[in-house]
Amino acid sequence: MEYFLQQLINGLTLGSIYGLIAIGYTMVYGIIGMINFAHGDVFMVGSVVAFIVILGLGITGGSGAFLIILALALVVIIAMLIASVYNWTIERVAYRPLRGSFRLAPLISAIGMSIVLQEFVRIAQEGRPKPIQPIILGKHELLHRHADSGEFVVTISNMQILIILSTVALMAIFTMIIQRTSLGRAQRATEQDQKMASLLGINVDRTISITFILGAALAAFAGTMFFLYYNVTDFFIGFLAGIKAFTAAVLGGIGSIPGAMLGGMVIGLIEVMWSAYFSVEYKDVAAFTILVIVLIFMPQGLLGKPEVEKV
Amino acid sequence: MSAPVKDTGTHSEQSAFSWFDIAKDLVGTAILTALILTPIVTYKTTMNQGVLFIENRWVQSLLLTAAVVIGRLLLHVFVWHKPPSMAAAKPVSTKAPLSDSLAKYVAPTLLILAIGLPFLLHLFPSWDKRGIDFAITILIYIMLGWGLNIVVGLAGLLDLGYVAFYAVGAYAYALLSTIYLPLWFGAGALPWAFYIVLPIAGLLAASWGVILGFPVLRLRGDYLAIVTLAFGEMIRLVLINWFSFTNGPQGINVPKPTFFGLPFKDEPGGFAAFFGIEHDRIYSYIFLYYVILILALITYFATNRLRRLPIGRAWEALREDEVACRSLGINTTTTKLTAFAIGAMFGGFAGCFFAARQGFVSPESFVYLESAMILAIVVLGGLGSQIGIVFSAIVIMGAFELFREFGAMGRGIHDGLLWILPDSVVSGIGSIFTGTFGALYGLLPDAMQISIAGATTGMDPIQFRMLAVGLAMVLMMRFRPRGLVTRRQPTVFLKERKSVSGDMVAEGHG
Repeated sequence: MEYFLQQLINGLTLGSIYGLIAIGYTMVYGIIGMINFAHGDVFMVGSVVAFIVILGLGITGGSGAFLIILALALVVIIAMLIASVYNWTIERVAYRPLRGSFRLAPLISAIGMSIVLQEFVRIAQEGRPKPIQPIILGKHELLHRHADSGEFVVTISNMQILIILSTVALMAIFTMIIQRTSLGRAQRATEQDQKMASLLGINVDRTISITFILGAALAAFAGTMFFLYYNVTDFFIGFLAGIKAFTAAVLGGIGSIPGAMLGGMVIGLIEVMWSAYFSVEYKDVAAFTILVIVLIFMPQGLLGKPEVEKV
Repeated sequence: MSAPVKDTGTHSEQSAFSWFDIAKDLVGTAILTALILTPIVTYKTTMNQGVLFIENRWVQSLLLTAAVVIGRLLLHVFVWHKPPSMAAAKPVSTKAPLSDSLAKYVAPTLLILAIGLPFLLHLFPSWDKRGIDFAITILIYIMLGWGLNIVVGLAGLLDLGYVAFYAVGAYAYALLSTIYLPLWFGAGALPWAFYIVLPIAGLLAASWGVILGFPVLRLRGDYLAIVTLAFGEMIRLVLINWFSFTNGPQGINVPKPTFFGLPFKDEPGGFAAFFGIEHDRIYSYIFLYYVILILALITYFATNRLRRLPIGRAWEALREDEVACRSLGINTTTTKLTAFAIGAMFGGFAGCFFAARQGFVSPESFVYLESAMILAIVVLGGLGSQIGIVFSAIVIMGAFELFREFGAMGRGIHDGLLWILPDSVVSGIGSIFTGTFGALYGLLPDAMQISIAGATTGMDPIQFRMLAVGLAMVLMMRFRPRGLVTRRQPTVFLKERKSVSGDMVAEGHG
């Protein structure tokens, strides 16, 4: 039971990260109906930028708590800004000119973009993984039990608390933006019908750009948290994380933002539980299997609307 | 990461030539490029004895930003807003570079060249082994490209896991030839392993094509791509982790193919001894070259035939419009499955050959990037064009080899010049070049000189190959979505033959 509880905490942490990335997939898919294949790599860019800034600022676990908080806020803001610039540029350069091209064109372009981002970072920063010493230290014991078969301790680290809480906060802010602001209204309108939205005076191009920027900012936040959680990053983390987050987006129902978060949690939990109870080697295979099963048997996902193909 | 950022749609019309607007745009571009480059290019992190350091490379960032801004300025001046004197100039031709009359001779010429290649390379003794080896690599990619072309180019199903079938073929050969054939037929079967396994590998890959194709029948373009990607990765992960069966990441050593039972070895009973000639490794290279040439040609002609059969026409109809296809009574299930199976079969053949030629297989050879590369070959060749794939495979693989051989190429040019011109002239040309560059280099400030020297010494040009492939994919989709050399022709004609340039038509009108 304690073991399960511990895995539950780990799974929720990982799931938060996947969920944040998944929102970017789901929003872009909802609005222009394409998989932004390079989104996972934008996540990677965010985490690499965070790494560089942390190294540049020279913060370590030994710095004072106040200093760490201040520095990390700066790190997160810079990572989000840079990743947004990347995603905005990608949309302008690689996707916008292809609207109205044939069906596979944006996807192929996105695959190309994903390779470009990976290789760009690999060449500029070398391919080796980038480790740092843990910055956010400390953990709390939630449960401590002495049993005949040994001691059981359930802990939650400060980092895990930070990830879960900040994800909840970001989700709240984000939901507010989508539900309450004129920007969110424009975004929802564009998602429903681009032509009609533009007739009603919504700048569709601008709305799509902002969608990419928001998605990138969330992915960069997730990238920073991923880096702080695992204390290592490299140019290739975007590939697997991207596929898993996409799985989360599909599982939750593509186009649905709460669905993406839910899907992320489910994927994170399944991955952690699979590693804990079955085999670590096959955890990625498990994630891929879920992807395949979901796409084949319930492509509308948990919270999505069934898609009707119009002729 | 240099690319025009602004929407070209607004510029394609002849808008007013206003220096103010251009300057504004250029400043925006500069800021954007600087933002993109600053963290990742300017601050390079290097690991030195377990400690991370930051190296400041502002010069590189500055140069790159300057390059982007200047490139954009040139685009502004010469492409987007032509000055009135240039606007009268002829518009850029949108025609495919190969005219129809020429296109007829391309395939036969290439075929003759391919058959004669070993003899041609024989003229350059220092190059023949490497040259043929290189040609074999290109042919493997051409064959893979042709195989994937059936799925992506003809049937319009984007398969990102094609390398899985390549892996199935390779592992079929590895496992059958090292374990099962000796077990079933004794060691005597070993020299014939390649010939026995080749058809089996194709069949196995084809059945995997059906197995993987069956669940994804209902999926549309992009979901299909992701699922095939997942399948490809799953097969690779299983190959890595199923240690007892595949020997995991360490891979398997496999026997090389023989010339119908005669091994290419310097021993009695070997190929050289049998024909009474001197032993030379080149014979095995030439043999492998012709084997893969024949396999590739089978792929080519089989695809060409299939295209003209009802099934091929169904593939192309499916690519254009699935709903219309179904309403016309085409069985989309069998159509998709045959495309998957036949594409996979050729991948399996290529994989079997690859394993036999390398003499070693490991999961490392079957990563996602390999799938992306094959896809890039198909995309750059023009989806659906077979000759285009030949050119794009040669360009991509050849460019890679050129990247690798930059140094050697310089020496080659030098030697070639020496052959034609007298010594003193060549050294004169050389000194002019180095003199000019040296003088220009000397003009730069000291800090820049040091930075440039530091930047160029550590950079291996081959590092940039996948970056170039990725960029090429994006640029292709943007500017020539139907490929560089293609000129798609409808395979069914009403009354008369009309050629439709691939660039002129939208999807559904080819």
